[in-house]
Amino acid sequence: MLPEAAHHHPAGLAHQFDNLEQQKEAATLGMWAFLTTEILFFGGLFMVYTVYRSSYPDAFAAASHELVVWAGTVNTAVLITSSLTMALAVHAAQLGQRRLLIVFLLLTMALGCVFLGIKAFEYYTEFVERHIPGLNYDFEPKYFRNAQLFFSLYFLMTGLHALHMIIGLGIMAFMLWWSVRGVITAEYYIPIEISGLYWHFVDIVWIFLFPLLYLIGRHAH
Amino acid sequence: MPTNHILPTRVYYTIFAILMLCTFATVLIAFFDLGPLNAIAALTIAVFKAVLVVLFFMHVRYSTRLTWAVVAGGVFWLGILLALTLSDYLTRSWQTFG
Repeated sequence: MLPEAAHHHPAGLAHQFDNLEQQKEAATLGMWAFLTTEILFFGGLFMVYTVYRSSYPDAFAAASHELVVWAGTVNTAVLITSSLTMALAVHAAQLGQRRLLIVFLLLTMALGCVFLGIKAFEYYTEFVERHIPGLNYDFEPKYFRNAQLFFSLYFLMTGLHALHMIIGLGIMAFMLWWSVRGVITAEYYIPIEISGLYWHFVDIVWIFLFPLLYLIGRHAH
Repeated sequence: MPTNHILPTRVYYTIFAILMLCTFATVLIAFFDLGPLNAIAALTIAVFKAVLVVLFFMHVRYSTRLTWAVVAGGVFWLGILLALTLSDYLTRSWQTFG
């Protein structure tokens, strides 16, 4: 065991790193390696969507037309705004502005909750309108079979996205706790930056989900 | 490359404004029948928005080359997934002659 005073050891620096800069580089790289697996995870679903949409374009347009377009649009704005507050939270963390950091983390979490609330309202609407395959599904006879593919993909993709949002809220709650306790400083803001990468990634997934799910049937029906 | 590269907040507000304008544009365009251009416009705007988020909100523009390589690698592998799968599905109905 080395004595504690053997070398200067900034708070938050793990032993295997020379300095905080190297640690941040490693953390960023590790997070992006994880996000790469996420890109391919959602990419596979977008692939399935593309194949079936190219096979049944009319059924997909008719089914897409049934979604609540204003809710999807509002939710897009809500998520983009939450990405802004997340970026501002990282900025506040970099400057060591603890109070501002806490405010922006709370705002980000609040917007995440608004998103999930609107999503829940949409799922309820789909339930009432009998759009849930395997539960109470019904649709105009012409597209009855193939529209099920659209709704299955809709619930699978938005459901997995919502799950990511819930995990993101958990991460943010943890970051909030660390910020309140003073673990996060201008020197050691890496956890906020890395959590932000996750939050922004989930936003990007929605940036693609929104036009592909909500907007493809707008002009046609 | 400085690790604690701190951007002025106006960068974030500018990117936010562009993202909101793009969202408005993508909704507006969807209500007009442009044929195949609808899908192209929607995806072009979505890719543009995603690039802005990655470069500025996620700070990749200011990251090291190694991070750039990992990000580009992820997108490249997604390209392989899409290109090879579509090269099968989109050509199944092609006629063979002779």
